[in-house]
Amino acid sequence: MTVKHVLNDQLAMGYAAGALPEAFDIVVAAHLSLSDESRALVSSYEAVGACVMEECDSVELKSDAFAATLGRIKSSDTVIEKPGPKGVLPEPIQKYLGGDLEKVKWKSLGGGVKQAIIPTNDTAQARLLFIPAGQSVPDHGHRGMELTLVLQGSFADEVDEFARGDLEIANEDLNHQPIASMDADCICIAATDAPLRFNSLLPRLLQPFFKI
Amino acid sequence: MARAQNQSCLEPDWSANILRVRDTRDETAFAELFAHFAPRIKGFLIKSGASATMAEECAQETMVTVWHKAHLFDPTRASAATWIFTIARNKKIDAFRRSARPEPEDLAWGPEPEPEASDALVLQQETQKLAKALEQLPKKQRDIVRRAYFGDLTHSELAQETGLPLGTIKSRIRLALNRLRQTLSE
Repeated sequence: MTVKHVLNDQLAMGYAAGALPEAFDIVVAAHLSLSDESRALVSSYEAVGACVMEECDSVELKSDAFAATLGRIKSSDTVIEKPGPKGVLPEPIQKYLGGDLEKVKWKSLGGGVKQAIIPTNDTAQARLLFIPAGQSVPDHGHRGMELTLVLQGSFADEVDEFARGDLEIANEDLNHQPIASMDADCICIAATDAPLRFNSLLPRLLQPFFKI
Repeated sequence: MARAQNQSCLEPDWSANILRVRDTRDETAFAELFAHFAPRIKGFLIKSGASATMAEECAQETMVTVWHKAHLFDPTRASAATWIFTIARNKKIDAFRRSARPEPEDLAWGPEPEPEASDALVLQQETQKLAKALEQLPKKQRDIVRRAYFGDLTHSELAQETGLPLGTIKSRIRLALNRLRQTLSE
Protein backbone atom coordinates (compact mmCIF):
# COMPACT_ATOMS: atom_id res chain seq x y z
CA MET A 1 0.00 0.00 0.00
CA THR A 2 1.62 3.19 -1.09
CA VAL A 3 -0.73 6.00 -0.39
CA LYS A 4 0.86 9.36 -1.07
CA HIS A 5 -1.62 11.84 0.39
CA VAL A 6 -2.36 11.10 4.03
CA LEU A 7 -4.07 12.63 7.05
CA ASN A 8 -2.76 15.76 8.69
CA ASP A 9 -2.28 16.08 12.46
CA GLN A 10 -5.39 18.16 12.97
CA LEU A 11 -7.71 15.57 11.42
CA ALA A 12 -5.86 12.64 12.99
CA MET A 13 -6.29 14.18 16.42
CA GLY A 14 -9.91 15.07 15.68
CA TYR A 15 -10.65 11.49 14.67
CA ALA A 16 -8.78 10.05 17.68
CA ALA A 17 -10.60 12.41 20.02
CA GLY A 18 -13.97 11.66 18.42
CA ALA A 19 -14.42 15.33 17.60
CA LEU A 20 -15.30 15.10 13.90
CA PRO A 21 -18.78 15.14 12.39
CA GLU A 22 -20.01 11.74 11.25
CA ALA A 23 -19.50 12.46 7.55
CA PHE A 24 -15.81 13.17 8.16
CA ASP A 25 -15.52 10.09 10.39
CA ILE A 26 -16.71 7.92 7.49
CA VAL A 27 -14.14 9.32 5.08
CA VAL A 28 -11.31 9.13 7.61
CA ALA A 29 -12.23 5.56 8.64
CA ALA A 30 -12.25 4.55 4.97
CA HIS A 31 -8.89 6.23 4.43
CA LEU A 32 -7.40 4.49 7.49
CA SER A 33 -8.48 1.19 5.99
CA LEU A 34 -6.20 2.00 3.04
CA SER A 35 -3.26 3.81 4.64
CA ASP A 36 -1.10 2.31 7.38
CA GLU A 37 0.77 5.58 7.63
CA SER A 38 -2.40 7.41 8.65
CA ARG A 39 -3.50 4.52 10.85
CA ALA A 40 -0.24 4.79 12.79
CA LEU A 41 -0.69 8.56 13.15
CA VAL A 42 -4.23 8.18 14.48
CA SER A 43 -3.08 5.41 16.86
CA SER A 44 -0.46 7.80 18.24
CA TYR A 45 -3.15 10.37 18.97
CA GLU A 46 -5.24 7.63 20.55
CA ALA A 47 -2.31 6.96 22.87
CA VAL A 48 -2.48 10.64 23.86
CA GLY A 49 -6.20 10.19 24.53
CA ALA A 50 -5.42 7.23 26.78
CA CYS A 51 -3.05 9.41 28.80
CA VAL A 52 -5.75 12.08 29.14
CA MET A 53 -8.21 9.43 30.29
CA GLU A 54 -5.73 7.95 32.78
CA GLU A 55 -5.15 11.41 34.27
CA CYS A 56 -8.85 11.94 34.93
CA ASP A 57 -10.09 11.70 38.47
CA SER A 58 -11.71 8.32 39.00
CA VAL A 59 -15.43 8.28 39.64
CA GLU A 60 -16.63 5.20 41.47
CA LEU A 61 -19.18 3.06 39.71
CA LYS A 62 -22.32 1.79 41.41
CA SER A 63 -21.63 -0.91 43.95
CA ASP A 64 -23.16 -3.64 41.80
CA ALA A 65 -21.47 -2.46 38.59
CA PHE A 66 -18.98 -5.31 38.30
CA ALA A 67 -21.63 -7.97 38.83
CA ALA A 68 -23.90 -6.17 36.37
CA THR A 69 -21.11 -6.08 33.77
CA LEU A 70 -20.38 -9.79 34.20
CA GLY A 71 -24.11 -10.39 33.81
CA ARG A 72 -24.14 -8.48 30.55
CA ILE A 73 -21.13 -10.42 29.34
CA LYS A 74 -22.77 -13.73 30.06
CA SER A 75 -26.05 -12.80 28.46
CA SER A 76 -24.35 -11.76 25.22
CA ASP A 77 -22.05 -13.69 22.95
CA THR A 78 -18.67 -12.78 21.64
CA VAL A 79 -19.29 -11.91 18.05
CA ILE A 80 -16.29 -12.64 15.94
CA GLU A 81 -16.66 -10.53 12.87
CA LYS A 82 -14.85 -11.95 9.92
CA PRO A 83 -13.32 -9.30 7.71
CA GLY A 84 -15.82 -8.60 4.95
CA PRO A 85 -15.13 -9.42 1.33
CA LYS A 86 -12.74 -6.95 -0.24
CA GLY A 87 -14.39 -4.61 -2.66
CA VAL A 88 -13.97 -1.20 -4.20
CA LEU A 89 -15.54 0.39 -1.13
CA PRO A 90 -13.66 -0.02 2.14
CA GLU A 91 -15.55 -1.72 4.96
CA PRO A 92 -16.67 1.40 6.86
CA ILE A 93 -18.53 2.60 3.75
CA GLN A 94 -19.90 -0.86 3.00
CA LYS A 95 -21.36 -0.94 6.50
CA TYR A 96 -23.34 2.20 5.73
CA LEU A 97 -24.60 0.91 2.40
CA GLY A 98 -25.05 -2.72 3.35
CA GLY A 99 -22.76 -3.81 0.53
CA ASP A 100 -20.30 -2.74 -2.14
CA LEU A 101 -20.89 -0.71 -5.31
CA GLU A 102 -23.94 -2.76 -6.30
CA LYS A 103 -25.79 -1.16 -3.37
CA VAL A 104 -25.11 2.42 -4.44
CA LYS A 105 -28.16 4.31 -5.67
CA TRP A 106 -26.58 6.78 -8.07
CA LYS A 107 -28.25 9.98 -9.14
CA SER A 108 -27.09 11.72 -12.27
CA LEU A 109 -25.51 15.16 -12.02
CA GLY A 110 -25.20 15.45 -15.81
CA GLY A 111 -22.29 14.77 -18.14
CA GLY A 112 -22.02 11.17 -16.90
CA VAL A 113 -21.13 12.34 -13.40
CA LYS A 114 -23.18 10.69 -10.66
CA GLN A 115 -23.48 11.05 -6.92
CA ALA A 116 -25.02 9.19 -4.01
CA ILE A 117 -25.53 10.84 -0.64
CA ILE A 118 -24.67 8.74 2.40
CA PRO A 119 -27.19 9.63 5.10
CA THR A 120 -25.70 10.77 8.40
CA ASN A 121 -27.04 12.23 11.61
CA ASP A 122 -25.74 15.72 11.13
CA THR A 123 -25.47 18.47 8.59
CA ALA A 124 -21.98 17.62 7.37
CA GLN A 125 -22.50 15.56 4.25
CA ALA A 126 -20.80 12.53 2.79
CA ARG A 127 -21.36 11.55 -0.82
CA LEU A 128 -19.99 9.06 -3.28
CA LEU A 129 -19.00 10.53 -6.63
CA PHE A 130 -18.65 8.74 -9.94
CA ILE A 131 -16.65 10.61 -12.56
CA PRO A 132 -16.27 9.02 -16.02
CA ALA A 133 -12.69 8.72 -17.29
CA GLY A 134 -11.47 12.02 -18.65
CA GLN A 135 -14.40 14.00 -17.22
CA SER A 136 -14.21 16.75 -14.68
CA VAL A 137 -16.29 17.20 -11.56
CA PRO A 138 -18.93 19.92 -11.91
CA ASP A 139 -17.74 23.10 -10.34
CA HIS A 140 -18.43 22.91 -6.68
CA GLY A 141 -17.62 25.58 -4.18
CA HIS A 142 -17.07 24.47 -0.64
CA ARG A 143 -17.38 27.00 2.04
CA GLY A 144 -15.70 24.97 4.71
CA MET A 145 -13.43 21.98 4.54
CA GLU A 146 -13.79 19.24 1.97
CA LEU A 147 -12.22 15.81 2.30
CA THR A 148 -12.01 13.69 -0.83
CA LEU A 149 -10.83 10.08 -0.79
CA VAL A 150 -10.20 8.21 -4.03
CA LEU A 151 -11.59 4.68 -4.13
CA GLN A 152 -11.12 3.77 -7.77
CA GLY A 153 -9.22 5.28 -10.68
CA SER A 154 -7.56 8.62 -10.06
CA PHE A 155 -8.05 12.33 -10.52
CA ALA A 156 -5.81 15.32 -10.92
CA ASP A 157 -6.29 18.92 -9.94
CA GLU A 158 -4.15 22.02 -9.41
CA VAL A 159 -2.59 20.42 -6.35
CA ASP A 160 -1.51 16.98 -7.53
CA GLU A 161 -2.67 13.56 -8.73
CA PHE A 162 -4.73 11.43 -6.38
CA ALA A 163 -5.13 7.66 -6.67
CA ARG A 164 -6.87 4.95 -4.60
CA GLY A 165 -6.35 5.62 -0.90
CA ASP A 166 -5.18 9.21 -1.39
CA LEU A 167 -6.96 11.84 0.65
CA GLU A 168 -7.23 15.42 -0.51
CA ILE A 169 -7.82 17.93 2.28
CA ALA A 170 -9.18 21.09 0.69
CA ASN A 171 -9.92 24.25 2.57
CA GLU A 172 -12.12 27.02 1.29
CA ASP A 173 -9.16 28.87 -0.18
CA LEU A 174 -8.57 26.05 -2.66
CA ASN A 175 -10.44 26.44 -5.90
CA HIS A 176 -10.04 23.21 -7.72
CA GLN A 177 -11.64 21.31 -10.52
CA PRO A 178 -10.67 17.66 -10.29
CA ILE A 179 -10.43 15.78 -13.60
CA ALA A 180 -10.60 11.99 -13.73
CA SER A 181 -7.68 10.34 -15.49
CA MET A 182 -8.26 8.86 -18.94
CA ASP A 183 -7.56 5.24 -18.07
CA ALA A 184 -10.43 4.53 -15.64
CA ASP A 185 -13.69 5.88 -14.26
CA CYS A 186 -13.03 7.53 -10.94
CA ILE A 187 -15.01 6.83 -7.76
CA CYS A 188 -14.48 9.00 -4.69
CA ILE A 189 -16.10 9.67 -1.38
CA ALA A 190 -16.22 13.30 -0.33
CA ALA A 191 -17.31 14.96 2.88
CA THR A 192 -18.13 18.62 3.26
CA ASP A 193 -19.23 20.54 6.27
CA ALA A 194 -21.51 22.76 4.20
CA PRO A 195 -23.99 24.28 4.56
CA LEU A 196 -22.73 25.22 7.98
CA ARG A 197 -19.21 26.19 8.80
CA PHE A 198 -17.49 23.44 10.72
CA ASN A 199 -16.51 25.57 13.68
CA SER A 200 -20.06 26.54 14.40
CA LEU A 201 -21.41 23.07 13.72
CA LEU A 202 -19.85 21.02 16.45
CA PRO A 203 -20.97 22.96 19.53
CA ARG A 204 -24.47 23.08 18.13
CA LEU A 205 -24.50 19.31 17.66
CA LEU A 206 -23.11 18.63 21.08
CA GLN A 207 -25.51 20.98 22.77
CA PRO A 208 -28.43 18.63 23.40
CA PHE A 209 -26.23 15.74 24.39
CA PHE A 210 -23.36 17.20 26.32
CA LYS A 211 -25.25 20.18 27.64
CA ILE A 212 -22.52 22.60 26.69
CA MET B 1 -5.51 -5.85 44.72
CA ALA B 2 -1.77 -5.34 44.53
CA ARG B 3 -1.91 -2.42 42.18
CA ALA B 4 -2.16 1.10 43.50
CA GLN B 5 -5.30 2.94 42.50
CA ASN B 6 -3.95 6.30 41.57
CA GLN B 7 -1.16 5.87 39.11
CA SER B 8 -1.34 7.42 35.69
CA CYS B 9 -0.14 5.89 32.43
CA LEU B 10 2.97 4.77 34.29
CA GLU B 11 1.39 1.46 34.93
CA PRO B 12 2.11 -2.18 35.29
CA ASP B 13 1.47 -4.21 32.19
CA TRP B 14 -2.29 -4.31 31.84
CA SER B 15 -1.96 -5.92 28.45
CA ALA B 16 -1.13 -9.22 30.18
CA ASN B 17 -4.58 -9.05 31.82
CA ILE B 18 -6.28 -8.55 28.46
CA LEU B 19 -4.42 -11.54 27.03
CA ARG B 20 -5.52 -13.65 30.00
CA VAL B 21 -9.12 -12.62 29.37
CA ARG B 22 -8.65 -13.52 25.72
CA ASP B 23 -6.97 -16.87 26.30
CA THR B 24 -8.65 -18.29 29.39
CA ARG B 25 -11.63 -16.00 30.09
CA ASP B 26 -9.89 -15.20 33.37
CA GLU B 27 -12.38 -13.34 35.59
CA THR B 28 -9.74 -12.31 38.11
CA ALA B 29 -7.70 -10.62 35.39
CA PHE B 30 -10.89 -8.98 34.19
CA ALA B 31 -11.80 -7.80 37.69
CA GLU B 32 -8.40 -6.09 37.97
CA LEU B 33 -8.91 -4.36 34.63
CA PHE B 34 -12.37 -3.31 35.72
CA ALA B 35 -11.17 -1.92 39.06
CA HIS B 36 -8.53 0.18 37.34
CA PHE B 37 -10.20 1.31 34.15
CA ALA B 38 -13.95 1.51 34.73
CA PRO B 39 -13.79 4.42 37.24
CA ARG B 40 -11.38 6.29 34.97
CA ILE B 41 -13.64 5.79 31.98
CA LYS B 42 -16.55 7.08 34.03
CA GLY B 43 -14.49 10.08 35.15
CA PHE B 44 -13.38 10.78 31.59
CA LEU B 45 -16.95 10.64 30.27
CA ILE B 46 -18.26 12.95 32.98
CA LYS B 47 -15.47 15.39 32.11
CA SER B 48 -16.70 15.10 28.53
CA GLY B 49 -20.10 16.33 29.64
CA ALA B 50 -21.98 13.04 29.97
CA SER B 51 -24.45 12.62 32.80
CA ALA B 52 -23.49 10.26 35.63
CA THR B 53 -26.07 7.74 34.38
CA MET B 54 -24.75 7.79 30.85
CA ALA B 55 -21.13 7.65 32.02
CA GLU B 56 -21.90 4.62 34.19
CA GLU B 57 -23.69 2.92 31.31
CA CYS B 58 -20.87 3.61 28.83
CA ALA B 59 -18.19 2.50 31.31
CA GLN B 60 -19.96 -0.84 31.82
CA GLU B 61 -20.55 -1.25 28.10
CA THR B 62 -16.88 -0.49 27.42
CA MET B 63 -15.81 -3.26 29.78
CA VAL B 64 -18.28 -5.70 28.17
CA THR B 65 -16.63 -4.93 24.82
CA VAL B 66 -13.15 -5.37 26.32
CA TRP B 67 -14.19 -8.92 27.21
CA HIS B 68 -15.81 -9.70 23.88
CA LYS B 69 -13.16 -8.11 21.67
CA ALA B 70 -10.07 -9.21 23.59
CA HIS B 71 -9.06 -11.29 20.55
CA LEU B 72 -8.60 -8.06 18.56
CA PHE B 73 -6.15 -6.54 21.03
CA ASP B 74 -2.61 -6.30 19.65
CA PRO B 75 -0.09 -5.10 22.27
CA THR B 76 2.45 -4.17 19.58
CA ARG B 77 0.06 -1.58 18.14
CA ALA B 78 -1.60 -0.16 21.24
CA SER B 79 -1.09 -0.22 24.98
CA ALA B 80 -3.94 -1.64 27.04
CA ALA B 81 -4.96 1.87 28.10
CA THR B 82 -4.94 3.10 24.49
CA TRP B 83 -7.06 0.20 23.30
CA ILE B 84 -9.57 0.64 26.10
CA PHE B 85 -9.65 4.39 25.46
CA THR B 86 -10.68 3.80 21.83
CA ILE B 87 -13.53 1.54 22.95
CA ALA B 88 -14.73 4.10 25.52
CA ARG B 89 -14.52 6.90 22.96
CA ASN B 90 -16.60 4.87 20.51
CA LYS B 91 -19.23 4.11 23.14
CA LYS B 92 -19.46 7.79 23.92
CA ILE B 93 -20.00 8.70 20.28
CA ASP B 94 -22.42 5.82 19.69
CA ALA B 95 -24.53 7.05 22.61
CA PHE B 96 -24.38 10.56 21.25
CA ARG B 97 -25.28 9.65 17.66
CA ARG B 98 -27.45 6.67 18.52
CA SER B 99 -25.71 4.74 15.77
CA ALA B 100 -22.46 2.87 15.37
CA ARG B 101 -19.40 4.99 14.76
CA PRO B 102 -17.53 4.28 11.52
CA GLU B 103 -14.30 2.49 12.32
CA PRO B 104 -11.52 1.41 9.98
CA GLU B 105 -11.67 -2.24 9.06
CA ASP B 106 -10.18 -4.57 11.64
CA LEU B 107 -6.86 -5.93 10.60
CA ALA B 108 -6.82 -9.68 10.28
CA TRP B 109 -5.92 -11.65 13.37
CA GLY B 110 -5.94 -15.28 14.25
CA PRO B 111 -3.49 -18.09 13.84
CA GLU B 112 -0.45 -15.94 13.11
CA PRO B 113 2.39 -16.21 15.64
CA GLU B 114 2.13 -14.34 18.93
CA PRO B 115 3.43 -10.78 18.53
CA GLU B 116 6.95 -10.23 19.83
CA ALA B 117 6.80 -9.52 23.55
CA SER B 118 9.71 -7.12 23.23
CA ASP B 119 7.79 -5.03 20.69
CA ALA B 120 4.85 -4.81 23.06
CA LEU B 121 7.21 -3.73 25.82
CA VAL B 122 8.78 -1.00 23.70
CA LEU B 123 5.35 0.31 22.77
CA GLN B 124 4.34 0.34 26.42
CA GLN B 125 7.47 2.32 27.27
CA GLU B 126 6.78 4.77 24.45
CA THR B 127 3.24 5.30 25.77
CA GLN B 128 4.67 6.02 29.22
CA LYS B 129 7.10 8.52 27.73
CA LEU B 130 4.17 10.18 26.01
CA ALA B 131 2.31 10.45 29.32
CA LYS B 132 5.38 12.11 30.84
CA ALA B 133 5.71 14.48 27.89
CA LEU B 134 2.04 15.42 28.29
CA GLU B 135 2.59 16.15 31.99
CA GLN B 136 5.55 18.32 31.15
CA LEU B 137 3.83 20.47 28.51
CA PRO B 138 3.26 24.08 29.50
CA LYS B 139 -0.10 24.30 31.24
CA LYS B 140 -1.81 26.21 28.46
CA GLN B 141 -0.80 23.66 25.84
CA ARG B 142 -1.68 20.72 28.04
CA ASP B 143 -5.12 22.17 28.66
CA ILE B 144 -5.75 22.49 24.94
CA VAL B 145 -4.82 18.85 24.38
CA ARG B 146 -7.04 17.69 27.24
CA ARG B 147 -9.98 19.81 26.13
CA ALA B 148 -9.72 18.34 22.64
CA TYR B 149 -10.28 14.87 24.06
CA PHE B 150 -13.12 16.03 26.29
CA GLY B 151 -14.85 17.31 23.15
CA ASP B 152 -14.59 20.93 24.24
CA LEU B 153 -12.85 22.15 21.11
CA THR B 154 -14.29 22.70 17.69
CA HIS B 155 -12.49 21.13 14.81
CA SER B 156 -10.87 24.38 13.74
CA GLU B 157 -9.60 24.92 17.28
CA LEU B 158 -7.75 21.61 17.28
CA ALA B 159 -4.07 22.29 17.34
CA GLN B 160 -1.97 21.73 14.25
CA GLU B 161 0.96 21.36 16.60
CA THR B 162 0.45 19.81 20.01
CA GLY B 163 4.08 20.02 21.06
CA LEU B 164 3.96 16.31 21.87
CA PRO B 165 6.77 14.08 20.60
CA LEU B 166 4.73 11.57 18.57
CA GLY B 167 7.44 10.60 16.07
CA THR B 168 8.83 7.57 17.88
CA ILE B 169 5.57 6.00 18.93
CA LYS B 170 4.20 6.51 15.44
CA SER B 171 7.14 4.72 13.83
CA ARG B 172 6.83 1.83 16.30
CA ILE B 173 3.16 1.38 15.39
CA ARG B 174 4.03 1.73 11.71
CA LEU B 175 6.61 -1.08 12.05
CA ALA B 176 4.08 -3.30 13.80
CA LEU B 177 1.62 -2.72 10.95
CA ASN B 178 4.32 -3.55 8.39
CA ARG B 179 5.10 -6.82 10.12
CA LEU B 180 1.42 -7.70 10.34
CA ARG B 181 0.96 -7.05 6.61
CA GLN B 182 3.99 -9.21 5.87
CA THR B 183 2.68 -12.07 7.99
CA LEU B 184 -0.65 -11.85 6.25
CA SER B 185 0.83 -11.97 2.77
CA GLU B 186 3.10 -14.96 3.49
